Amino acid sequence: MTTPNVMLSRVANAIYWMSRYVERAENTARFIDVNLQLTLDRSPVVSPQWMPLVNTTGDDQTFIERHQTDDRDAVLEFLTLDPDNPNSIFACAAVARENARTVRETITTEMWEQVNELYHLLKNARATQLNHHFFRNVKRCAMLFNAVTDSAMSRAIGWDFAQLGRMIERADKTSRILDVKYFLLLPSKDDVGTTLDVIQWRALLASVDALEMYRQQYGTINPTHVADFLMFNGDFPRALAYCLYRAQHALNKVLPGPDALDAYLAGQDAQRRLGRLVSEVQYGRADEVIAAGLHEYLDEFQTKLNACDDAIHAAFFQPRLLEASA
Amino acid sequence: MQLLPYPKTPGYDELVDPTGRPRPSAAMLSQRLGQMDADEIITRQSAAEAALFEAGATFSVYGENETNERIIPFDIIPRILTGQEWDDLEAGLTQRIEALNLFVADMYGGRKIIRDGVIPEQFVELNQPTWKACQGITPPRGVYCHISGIDLVRDGEGDFRVLEDNLRCPSGVSYVLENRRVLKQTLPRVFDRLNIRSIDDYPEQLLTTLQAMAPDAIDRPRVVVLTPGIYNSAYFEHAYLAQQMGVPLVQNTDLVVHEGYVQMRTTAGLARVDVIYRRIDDAFLDPTVFREDSLLGVPGIMGVYASGKVALANAPGTGIADNKVIYAFVPDMIRYYLREDPKLLNVDTFLCARDADRQHVLENLDHLVIKPAHEAGGKGIVIGPHATRQQRADCADQIKADPDNFIAQPVLRLSTSPTICGDAIAPRHVDLRPYILMRPDKVHIIPGGLTRVALREGSLIVNSSQGGGTKDTWVVDAPGRATQPQSETADDTPVYAQTQAQILAQSPAPRRETSPQDADS
Repeated sequence: MTTPNVMLSRVANAIYWMSRYVERAENTARFIDVNLQLTLDRSPVVSPQWMPLVNTTGDDQTFIERHQTDDRDAVLEFLTLDPDNPNSIFACAAVARENARTVRETITTEMWEQVNELYHLLKNARATQLNHHFFRNVKRCAMLFNAVTDSAMSRAIGWDFAQLGRMIERADKTSRILDVKYFLLLPSKDDVGTTLDVIQWRALLASVDALEMYRQQYGTINPTHVADFLMFNGDFPRALAYCLYRAQHALNKVLPGPDALDAYLAGQDAQRRLGRLVSEVQYGRADEVIAAGLHEYLDEFQTKLNACDDAIHAAFFQPRLLEASA
Repeated sequence: MQLLPYPKTPGYDELVDPTGRPRPSAAMLSQRLGQMDADEIITRQSAAEAALFEAGATFSVYGENETNERIIPFDIIPRILTGQEWDDLEAGLTQRIEALNLFVADMYGGRKIIRDGVIPEQFVELNQPTWKACQGITPPRGVYCHISGIDLVRDGEGDFRVLEDNLRCPSGVSYVLENRRVLKQTLPRVFDRLNIRSIDDYPEQLLTTLQAMAPDAIDRPRVVVLTPGIYNSAYFEHAYLAQQMGVPLVQNTDLVVHEGYVQMRTTAGLARVDVIYRRIDDAFLDPTVFREDSLLGVPGIMGVYASGKVALANAPGTGIADNKVIYAFVPDMIRYYLREDPKLLNVDTFLCARDADRQHVLENLDHLVIKPAHEAGGKGIVIGPHATRQQRADCADQIKADPDNFIAQPVLRLSTSPTICGDAIAPRHVDLRPYILMRPDKVHIIPGGLTRVALREGSLIVNSSQGGGTKDTWVVDAPGRATQPQSETADDTPVYAQTQAQILAQSPAPRRETSPQDADS
């Protein structure tokens, strides 16, 4: 292409979603795996619950329609292999692969091979094999995909859209995991900051691979600090602040110039929406957020993030000129 | 695994001579194969096929619930042509594609060859929607057949004959390139010691060919490859060629006609497209002109093409020269337009529409292959010697009822080439499809081309859908002769753009009448 800052809308869209779905698959595998390990602890205080995992993906309604029980097997099968659950790991891998297939001339061969491997791992999996080993493999496959993307793709527009998709998806997933777990552990506003169940809080941090980095920063586990770390830390790669800052950086690189006015204005809209959200998480304070209601805050955050996603779609992926004179 | 002793074949064998010895160009290969045991060769064969699968050199097979991807079986024993054989073929193919291109130009211009009585009008499909839509349109610099594949076979005497001229969207060149890449890893020592002509510059040549079509004087024309999408069986090739050329691969939904140009929808708005290598058939190209139900086309694209603001490869309408009846007239075209004798043989063809030919066909059904004139892919073919008495009688009835729709050819004894079959090497029938690129100033042919092999013993059917495989095709020069890079323009290269108008304007036959259109055709 003559201008490096331009890409077919369809191709940009496919790259963005390929990247989001791989990230979604990895996140789901990550928190299932943590829950599986919790069950091994056999703590007398905590009996691991499976339904919150479904809450996290936001597919409660679909699950209830299809399952009578919310036991481990039903939830694992639903979240991992169910082809009719659009957010199951299998479905994510399949959609990521379909998207990759349409842009094979744009992505690298290694990226294609890696997304293919993820798909075949899920396609060949059986319900009886859904153990720690399996979910670790899913995570590894997804991480390898990210690794070959980062190590072999030019930091040009294609990579920027992959990065944008990955970071927006990751911010969304971290916010959901925090929301569900926090809600579950501390259901009412008054209880926040009073109850501390170290096992559960550890599990929450582990679900986003944050335990070790959190310890380095804060040492002991404290709910306000956990919320602060996962929302407002600018250095931890799964924290909202970090993800959105990276997403903003990628978005700024793909914005069209003022030559094409429609495209320019649509790009500006996406930039403003994301920029506002970035400043919220960059300068937020956990104690204030918790005092005002963490769930309310995260709920609003997700709504605003969805609006950013809509604005990105409108700016880059939707044909502005619908039909032209033949 | 030993090449010899090799069974005596009834026809010509590509690597083994009639006395049972390897041909000189195959001696080195024979020796190298002999140094490896069967296990090693089979291991290398599997590794080569695995490499093709990993590279995604697949075609899609549609099942009930999901699509499977498979590779076409690849045989690691190459088919070898000598430099001399290839130079002769290249000259013949160049001559043939020039004549075919002149014929297409003539059909959308003055139709002199019909008026001069060389090809009777009844044999040319002048009532097709494509012909009507393309009337009077001259593509950039007069080139219609930018990318073609001409299928060749060797007869029992070892002479190459043309079987078919594919002038629409011939596929398979990606296999030629991938087969070569993989075979270099499989038999590196043989490559090292032989003088094999390189094919690596094909993507460059293809891009140059496409850029040369750009309308106006555009500095850096935007070239795209148009694919029907990921469910097309040749999607791998479309993506591969786009990737190799470094140009966007587009689907019809990416394109729109706006302000008189074809434009593609990008993240920064619409961007003008200058040249489209389209891998969809004419009939689906523009639903406002051809098939209304086409979901693959771009509405209005034919109007832009007619105004010269986008170039299409191949030009719409080349199909008029690509059917089994017109095929029979290609030698006449060569004599008429180029005033040369054909350098490549046709297969003798009887046109049932002609009384004398039909009489001969009906009397010799048991020795002939009968083909419907307008079907593709082996559809409706009756092989006389293999048909039952009843089938032949039915065939005769069909010919009598609709003689225009049938042609007949003698049964050919296709050449064979040594092929790995289980743990031995055995002769299998092969054909050859060279890929021809035509630019205003030059014809470029990839040295060799795609060799397809019928893997079933005795089978003559090389199609991948019916048990066919592929081989790498080597053009081997004698030691000491440097391979000539194809990009160098040789002295005998035709300067095509200057001659087309002259050829179509000259008066080769006495009965010719001049019309005002001729000067422009």
